[in-house]
Amino acid sequence: MNAMVSLTSREEVDVHHFSWPVSLGIPALAIFIQIYLTQKIHFLQIFDMPLLVTIFFAVARRRPIPGMITGALIGTGQDVFTHLPIGLYGIANTIIGYLASSLGVKLDVDNPGSRFLMTFGFFLVHHLTYMIIVLGLVGASQPWEWGHTLVRALANAFLSVVLFAGLDKFKQRM
Amino acid sequence: MENFFSRYKNPLVLMAVLFIQVIALATQVKRAANPKAPSAAEAPLIRVWAVTVTAPVERAFVSTGHFFRNTWHNYIDLHNVRKQNLELQDELARLKLEQTRLKEDAWQAQRLQKLLDFKQHYVGDVLPAQVIGTSGSEHSRLIYIDRGSHAGLRPDMAVITPDGIVGKVKDVTAFSSSVLMINDRESGAGVILEKSRRQGVLRGTAAGELNLSDIMSDENIEAGERVVTSGGDRIYPKGLAVGTVSNVAPDREDRSFLDIKIKPAVDLNRLEEVLVVTSAEQVPFPVTEPAPQRAADILAERLPSVPKSDAKTGANAGKPVPAANTAPTAGAPKKPEAAGSGPVAPGQKKPAAEQKPVAEQKPVAEQKPVAEQKPVAEQKQETRPPGEQKKGVAPASAPAVKAGTAGQVAGAANQGPTGNSAVAKPKPAATPPAAGNVQPAVSPAAQKPRSAAAPPVVEGAQPTPTPVSQKPKPAAQTKKPAAQPSPGPATVPQPTEAAKPESAPPAATPTVRPPQ
Repeated sequence: MNAMVSLTSREEVDVHHFSWPVSLGIPALAIFIQIYLTQKIHFLQIFDMPLLVTIFFAVARRRPIPGMITGALIGTGQDVFTHLPIGLYGIANTIIGYLASSLGVKLDVDNPGSRFLMTFGFFLVHHLTYMIIVLGLVGASQPWEWGHTLVRALANAFLSVVLFAGLDKFKQRM
Repeated sequence: MENFFSRYKNPLVLMAVLFIQVIALATQVKRAANPKAPSAAEAPLIRVWAVTVTAPVERAFVSTGHFFRNTWHNYIDLHNVRKQNLELQDELARLKLEQTRLKEDAWQAQRLQKLLDFKQHYVGDVLPAQVIGTSGSEHSRLIYIDRGSHAGLRPDMAVITPDGIVGKVKDVTAFSSSVLMINDRESGAGVILEKSRRQGVLRGTAAGELNLSDIMSDENIEAGERVVTSGGDRIYPKGLAVGTVSNVAPDREDRSFLDIKIKPAVDLNRLEEVLVVTSAEQVPFPVTEPAPQRAADILAERLPSVPKSDAKTGANAGKPVPAANTAPTAGAPKKPEAAGSGPVAPGQKKPAAEQKPVAEQKPVAEQKPVAEQKPVAEQKQETRPPGEQKKGVAPASAPAVKAGTAGQVAGAANQGPTGNSAVAKPKPAATPPAAGNVQPAVSPAAQKPRSAAAPPVVEGAQPTPTPVSQKPKPAAQTKKPAAQPSPGPATVPQPTEAAKPESAPPAATPTVRPPQ
């Protein structure tokens, strides 16, 4: 079956499409890993798999609207399993999806180096956005922990290089 | 517009998605409505936002509405305000007047209640009256009341208040009367000091003060002692409050007498309602005398010259009567011990024939007949300059130191407004001596018979036959009564006809006031 689900319109650059199972399964898998494995393997809490998946899909599709919707859905899914108000991760991932898709139009995001830097930057932006929402809207007390945030950003940047290389196999050209 | 959406499609979608998520987040997050009061109840964040956003707008709308409404009502819609203001001012003035009237009514009710209480406790017959005017002159201390002859008022009726005596009715018209107050210099009243039981004559002065005269300087009179009416003047019922002694000093004119100032019990300058004693048949006002003992009894006991025995009654029957025994104790009751003394009023003393003369006292027979003597007034005028003489004091009573006080009272109280006292004018008429000097409480009805065979019956007195020997002595017949006893309400102790003539005029008493 050659029917492809395209979440984007045509772009001048290479615009990739993903099948529905991939488009739904990989984010779900990322959320599952994030909420399940981290209970078993506490070390994995340093990674933010839903964020990486959001960045990957947004950059691969290179269209802001599908990217931000992807980020909104993944972030909302991530919020569901927390005790925090729904929308914290959703808002942050929406912004990241928009920025990543917008950035993917202008940069070559297939390079591992650029992926590393891009993920590192988006992780910081994501964390900053999240903290602003938590502190500004919710009014909760949350320590910034910039050192730990930088470590996590580096770890996720390294993981993104590996992860994106593996997810590239699910890309489909239009 | 289409170009705008197509151009900014992505940012707009981003904002829409973010907006939806923020709204969704705000519905879940609960925060205190007032951040400065964290303990306050929390509300969903979207509600806090909604209130925070809408409250200023609503406040602005409300403030604007109030501004326009107040502007309209306070500055524009005022067409009835002036009229309403005038009406309110009228109402305010009316309410002020009403308040004043109610306050005055309340005060009047208190005063009338006091009068009513007094009237209920007053055994005699009194008539309330309203003070409607004054003389308007400092030289005439006169007030006018709204009762006249139609109400049964007659001259010389006592005018009192619950606090004490005020004066006596002077002139009576159909519907009003004038009252001569006790502080007028032409007024007088018989009084007695409540503690020392000394009798005296209360007189007003030109300055409107009250003086108690005819009290010897050797008497121990203290300031603050109460003064009550003695009843001997036949005007004021006995026992009514008069005032208190405010100052005691030797008389400047005659050092042997005291000049006693009396502070009246009644504020004579603030009289509004008074009581007119229309009938004093009963003894009123038991308040002034704490003990039932009568002043006359005490006074009689203090007199050393009054013998108790009646052994000399017969011997003295035809002898001259020492006047000193009669005059001073005119108000002092002596029990009618002697036979033939006739009915004696409670305030009357024994006939002169029964009394022992004071030591070294000349009998009346050895003295000049009273008719031949100069009137006391003339005697005093020989020794004292006219200007130094006491004003208004009955001259005939002046020599009587302790005696004749009651007699003075009657004369003083009954004298006319001119102050002329007839006591000093001796007349050989066969009238009893100065009525007040001897027994002032002679009712007109009792005076007319002039017969010992028909003595008037006095309350409480045993009617005993009056001997012929106690008929009026010539000495007693030489003087004209000080004044015609007022036909007023005086029904205080009445003298007997037998007692009257034996009351020698004070002028004949050896205890004559020494000339200055």
